[in-house]
This record gives sequence, structure tokens and C-alpha cells, in this order.
Amino acid sequence: MNITNIVHIIGFALILIGFWGMLTQKNMIKIILGLAIVEVGVQLVMVAFGFIEGRTAPILDSAVELSKASELIVDPVPQALVLTAIVIGVAVNALMLTFVIRLYQKKRSLSINDYKDLKW
Amino acid sequence: MIKRIIPAILVISIFFMLLKVMTNITPKYDLTGVSKTYAEQGASDLGAMNLVTAIVVTYRGLDTLGEVAVLFMAGTGIALLLRRKKKKKGSVAKKREASEILQTGSKLLVPIIMMFGAYIFINGHLSPGGGFQGGAAIASAVMLMFLADNSFKINHKVFGLIESLSGMFYVIIGILGLVMIGADHFLDSRLLPLGEFGKILSAGTIPIIYTLVGLKVGTELASIIDNMKGDLE
Amino acid sequence: MELQQGIFILMGLAMIIAAGLAMHVKDLISSIIAVGVVSLFASLLYLLMQAPDVAMTEAAIGAGLSTLIFLYALHKTKDVEEEND
Repeated sequence: MNITNIVHIIGFALILIGFWGMLTQKNMIKIILGLAIVEVGVQLVMVAFGFIEGRTAPILDSAVELSKASELIVDPVPQALVLTAIVIGVAVNALMLTFVIRLYQKKRSLSINDYKDLKW
Repeated sequence: MIKRIIPAILVISIFFMLLKVMTNITPKYDLTGVSKTYAEQGASDLGAMNLVTAIVVTYRGLDTLGEVAVLFMAGTGIALLLRRKKKKKGSVAKKREASEILQTGSKLLVPIIMMFGAYIFINGHLSPGGGFQGGAAIASAVMLMFLADNSFKINHKVFGLIESLSGMFYVIIGILGLVMIGADHFLDSRLLPLGEFGKILSAGTIPIIYTLVGLKVGTELASIIDNMKGDLE
Repeated sequence: MELQQGIFILMGLAMIIAAGLAMHVKDLISSIIAVGVVSLFASLLYLLMQAPDVAMTEAAIGAGLSTLIFLYALHKTKDVEEEND
């Protein structure tokens, strides 16, 4: 059981908890909170893909010899992807919360069961 | 009852999918493919100490441009959906003032946090951090001002100007790469000389681009917070 | 079991418990704070996984700004009568 596997288990557990919350909760703010938990889980899994035990961060300072850099650092590509994913995530969460605020101003309710306009 | 069973079935099927993924993962022991190329050639190619910065700004520069565009669209959507109705001036309800400690402390801390944000994005190619983190630090300074002072308002004209000018210069730097270096060098950071490895004025245009991204992200996140806060009647 | 793996497991347990609480409790403010706790522990895990850039982003955005945005949204979706307490 190495660290990559431990973090994968944590991330997958967070994804499952988040999906369970999104599917069972009635409150719309809680559904968005569930999505935020799923995001954290996915990002953890992605960073764990690039982690290699016993290596250092991808910053080429005095601790890393330049000629042997590819044997001393962890994978920088997943970190760059997750960096942008976090910023996008918060913007999308804010946009969804805005929709919730507008819906609340319309019907004065946060329960998803009160919005049946598209239900057949 | 059926509302519990269907989610349970879905979550259990997701669980088995993830289990399948989990059992097929082999941990890495070596860098392969594109990561290996970046690790070996990043320093001599671009002169940036922080490889994540090199990837975000130059190797995957187009993705970052798209991401900034997504952030801009989200911010615009929020501003559009939560636009304020004009209110009568007289009907301002009394709000609870922030505590003395928060008011005094925020006056002391806001300039320091802003300077720290600028430090983070100027040093993005040398140390951990960069435009996104520095922008978030600047936005949290603005957030502190909102919390400390009920009547604080940001100047939308200045914020909009900073945001659009930094976005415009970002794209202009990208197009200059096309014009001056070659047809497949959009957002190439080697417009300027690479300089001495490890100095603050090095790595070509990476510090400039990250400063622009930092200003853009900071003003955008601050505008999102301002719109979400609204008038708080 | 080594010390580092023990730290990872303990922090993972704390994250999973916080996430479960966030979905279980009825009070929305507690639930928002619990999600903030999940983000904060995630940023510590990124730091231990040698990803300082991601750790900074997650601490500043995930644990700081995101929590505040959720709290503002919660404030805006309360009835006017309840607000005067």
C-alpha cells in the first residue's frame, strides 16, 4: 500500500460521497456543495497520478541537479492541469449559485422539488 | 422509496467503475513521454525554474488563455444575472458594523496582502506560485475590505479597465509570438532574451504574462465576490 | 507502516468524515464550513505530495474564496424576516 494508492482511495471516497449527496439532497445549495466535494476528489486523484515516491517538487532550485532533473522531480503535467481546474471550478460554482439565487428570487424556495416546470 | 433506490444503484455502479480503475493503476516510478521532455528541456528551453509555470504559461499557453476566457465568461454571466435594480437612496437599512479589531486590522493588513499577491505572481517563474495564486491573494484582500467596511464599494470602471487591458495585452503578446518567431509559436515566451537562469528578470515573457494573468484573475474574482455580495439589503 | 503513510491515512479519514458531515447535517452553515475543511485538508495533502503550486491555489481559492461565495449565496437566499436576528 503506497501513498499513491492511499490518495486514490481518499479521492474515490470523496467522489462517491459527493455523488451520493448530489443525488439524494433536496436543497439546491447542498447539491452544489456535493459537486464541490466531487471536484476536490477528482483533483486529488489527478495529482496522485503524477506523484512518485521519494522525489521532490518540480522546481529546479539548488536541490535539483539540472542534468538529472528528470530522475529527481515528480510529474509536473498533472499539477499544471489541476491548477487551472481549481480556478475554473470556483468560477463555475459561483455561476451555479447565481442561478440558485435567481431561482430563489422567483419562487422563494430552495427545494428542488418545487421546480417542476420541465417535469413531465 | 424509489427516490432512494435509483441513487443507490447509480452510486454503486460508479463505485464498481472506480474499483475497476483502481485495480488497473500501476504506480509510476519514472517520468515518461511528454513529462520527461519537459523535465529535461524545460530549463534550457525556457529558463524558468518552476516547471509548472513553464507548462502553464508556455507549453500549454493556449489552454491558459482558454481558461482565462472561461473565467471571464463566468464573471460576466454572474454580473448579468445579478444586476442590481436601482434603489431609493433613503431606504438603506441599518447594518451591524464590523468589530473594532476587524476594522483596524484590515487597514493594516490589506496593503501587505496586496503586496504579497504581487510578490507571488512576479516570482512565479522562480518559486511556487504564479498568476492564479497571486490573483486569489489580491481578491482575498478585497474580500477583507468588504468584510471590514459595510459601505465599501469597488470602482467598477478601474477594475473593468485593468481586466480588459491585461486580457488584451495577453493576446497581443501571443500574436507577437506568431509574427516575430514563426507560425507555430503562439504565446511563445522566447520573444525576449532568456537571461540568467534563476534571476527575477529572466525566462523571456513568462513574468510579464503571469503578471497580466494575475491582474486579470484578481480583478475578476473580486468582481465575482462584489456581485455575489450585492447590496445585502 | 511508516509515519508518512499514517499521516496520509489520518488526514484522509478526517476529509472523508468532514465530507460525510457536510452532506448529513441539516444546518447549511455547518455544511459549508465542512466543505471548507475538506478543501483545507486537500491543500495539505497536495503539499505532502510535492505539489506546492496546487497547494497554494487550493488554500487560497478552495478554502478561502469559495467558502465566502457560498456564505454570501446562503445569505442572499434567506427570507427578509429571518434576516433581522
